[in-house]
Amino acid sequence: MKWVLLAIIVFATVFSDLLQSYEMKLSGEQTVDRRGLAKLLRTIVSRRYLVLSIVCMAISFFAFMALVQIAPLSFAVPASAATFVLETILAKFVLHEQVGARRAAGTLLVLGGVILLAR
Amino acid sequence: MAGNRQHPVSGLTSLQTQSYRTHHLVRSARETASRVVPVNLKTLLLILAVIVFNSAGNLSLAYGMRHVGESVGLDPLGYIRVMLNPAVAGGIVLLIFWLLMRMTLLSWADLSFILPLTSLGYVLAAVLGYVFLHETVAPSHWIGTCLIFAGTMLVGSTQSKTTGCSGVSR
Repeated sequence: MKWVLLAIIVFATVFSDLLQSYEMKLSGEQTVDRRGLAKLLRTIVSRRYLVLSIVCMAISFFAFMALVQIAPLSFAVPASAATFVLETILAKFVLHEQVGARRAAGTLLVLGGVILLAR
Repeated sequence: MAGNRQHPVSGLTSLQTQSYRTHHLVRSARETASRVVPVNLKTLLLILAVIVFNSAGNLSLAYGMRHVGESVGLDPLGYIRVMLNPAVAGGIVLLIFWLLMRMTLLSWADLSFILPLTSLGYVLAAVLGYVFLHETVAPSHWIGTCLIFAGTMLVGSTQSKTTGCSGVSR
């Protein structure tokens, strides 16, 4: 059961983040003020994938809550940190972000740190 | 834009106006160039806010859930009852703001840039637990914290946005 929940978390998170990043890149730079908030809310409503990404995020959130109830945090946190690597790879090939050696090395260091922290 | 401003001094020759415009063009180009270097203050501040709102939201939510005293199963009414708890409601509000700020951040920078940087929240949680809750931190935890910090610095030194606005459709 915990592996099923983990799979749900990983896929929902990865899908949600990719869709969100894709849509936000297309929507142009947002601003942080009152008018920016109104524009952002309009963007969320008008872009279908953004709504889908929030739904995926909610699925991942509730699955994580369920996982924490049946498995220790020391399993849940490092296992869900696996989304890191998957998302960085997909960001390179799907979103066409430039992931150079330095960024890849830094991401791996962070992953190692998260796994150590959760033990 | 400075270039569009009406020049207060009348009687400039067209050549002088031309050089005035060129000067401003050069300056604005220089400003654009300086904006492209790895990461600007605006982005860093928003990353910090995203980390703080996520940690505070999760903390408030966890605190509330622990004090509600009933386990929420698949009963939707149970979720509604739980949300009436102030700590849970506050946590949800903080997380809604976290989501909105993270979306804004994603419009400014790469996903592969934001992910490692916002993981500084794990470091924040460990440090806060050590300072305020007097939790013992095992040596492996300090090593983990250092690894995350080093990794974050490494990623933070790369270009924060490597795709244009229409970069995805390329």
